[in-house]
Amino acid sequence: MLKTRVIPCLLLQNDILVKTIGFKNPKYIGDPINAIRIFNEKEVDELVLLDVTATIENKKLPIKILEKIAAECFMPLAYGGGIKTIEEIKQLFNLGIEKVVINSCAAENPAFIKQAAENFGSQSIVVSIDARKNELGAYEVIASSGTKSTGKNPVDFAMEMAMIGAGEIFLNSIDKDGAMTGYDVELIEKVAKAVNIPVIASGGAGKIEDFKTAVDAGASAVAAASMFVFYGKNRAVLISYPTQEELKKVLS
Amino acid sequence: MITIIDYKTGNIGSILNMLKKIGVEANISSDIKDIKKSDKLILPGVGAFNTGMENLQQLGLISLLNDEVINHKKPILGLCLGMQLLARKSEEGNLFGLSWLDAEVVKFKFDDKNLKIPHMGWNTIIPKRQSSLLTGLDSDYRFYFVHSYHFECRDSKDILANTFYGYEFPSIVQKGNIYGVQFHPEKSHKFGMKLLKNFAEFC
Repeated sequence: MLKTRVIPCLLLQNDILVKTIGFKNPKYIGDPINAIRIFNEKEVDELVLLDVTATIENKKLPIKILEKIAAECFMPLAYGGGIKTIEEIKQLFNLGIEKVVINSCAAENPAFIKQAAENFGSQSIVVSIDARKNELGAYEVIASSGTKSTGKNPVDFAMEMAMIGAGEIFLNSIDKDGAMTGYDVELIEKVAKAVNIPVIASGGAGKIEDFKTAVDAGASAVAAASMFVFYGKNRAVLISYPTQEELKKVLS
Repeated sequence: MITIIDYKTGNIGSILNMLKKIGVEANISSDIKDIKKSDKLILPGVGAFNTGMENLQQLGLISLLNDEVINHKKPILGLCLGMQLLARKSEEGNLFGLSWLDAEVVKFKFDDKNLKIPHMGWNTIIPKRQSSLLTGLDSDYRFYFVHSYHFECRDSKDILANTFYGYEFPSIVQKGNIYGVQFHPEKSHKFGMKLLKNFAEFC
């Protein structure tokens, strides 16, 4: 049987790993290469690595770090952050990265997703949607690491992206980011029901049981960050990943 | 020496990385001399069936591969699209495959609307017969899959293992010196390492 993918999501900022709460207050986690080496040893299902300030600061791809990571990453690896051109995607795939995660550029220029899918196949193009509830209680897609309102509704946007060739939706709740109080079930349900491509739920996971809630809401895969890099009430940095047995108990 | 055939379909650096990690000598090449000289071949591949066959043709590799694999019985392992090209044809394209196995490639068809296409993620194998490629592999082994089309063998003897996604489909095949796996061993941790090591040592 196909396992539900459980995906650590690591945030890169100026070549170090950080973790945010509500997309703010980045806390230092450590060296990315070291952390990924540990996740590799723990045989995680897949890794997502996002450079969270790439778009805002208009940065180049962190090729050197990615090259080192890809050389010893024996699992599927997705990278996101500031990707704007087909040439950049080609460069990433040549390093040994499987998937690219596109957020701001998808919101600003949907045609880019179509072009990317035609060039590389949908299976390698992940569209990331950061969503937040506005004052009226409606969800809105926010681009550029949570700084730019788009006026788009995440359900319509996800459907549009799926139609033009996105292979997966990485659905992140800004309100739940770093909260560790559980996923935004309502958001997951709405988006997963609307598209026939896999939805990766992200934002809010605090315990293994939360994965089940997201899957029951329609997620095909689950991502978590704080849960895999923090330990205890005081959020001491400790990299962890559940064992296959622990995951099986909850997810099968 | 194993030669990973470079026919411009997706990233193959990760296969070389894994072979290095397990201490197997390998190179990446589309050069006739390299391919002739190597002891074994890996046919990788990501993407569309037609593109794969067109690229092999443009690089002038089809008759060379026929000679090496069919006449000289050089062991070859097809990965993902590389496995699918071993078949006669595919629903994904109108070109003929390498036709080394009596098989066709078809798209996943489900009644269950909850099953998404592609089949993406970690899945297990259900061994059907013994082979040196499967040495030491058990049902706890999991592999990383990404594909929308799958193999269908006319001769069930060619099937080494199936995988279940909506129904069982062949995920590892073998006919003599010709091997194919639908998943990505290079992205499957120690499980993929074991399989590639088996190919390097025992096949």
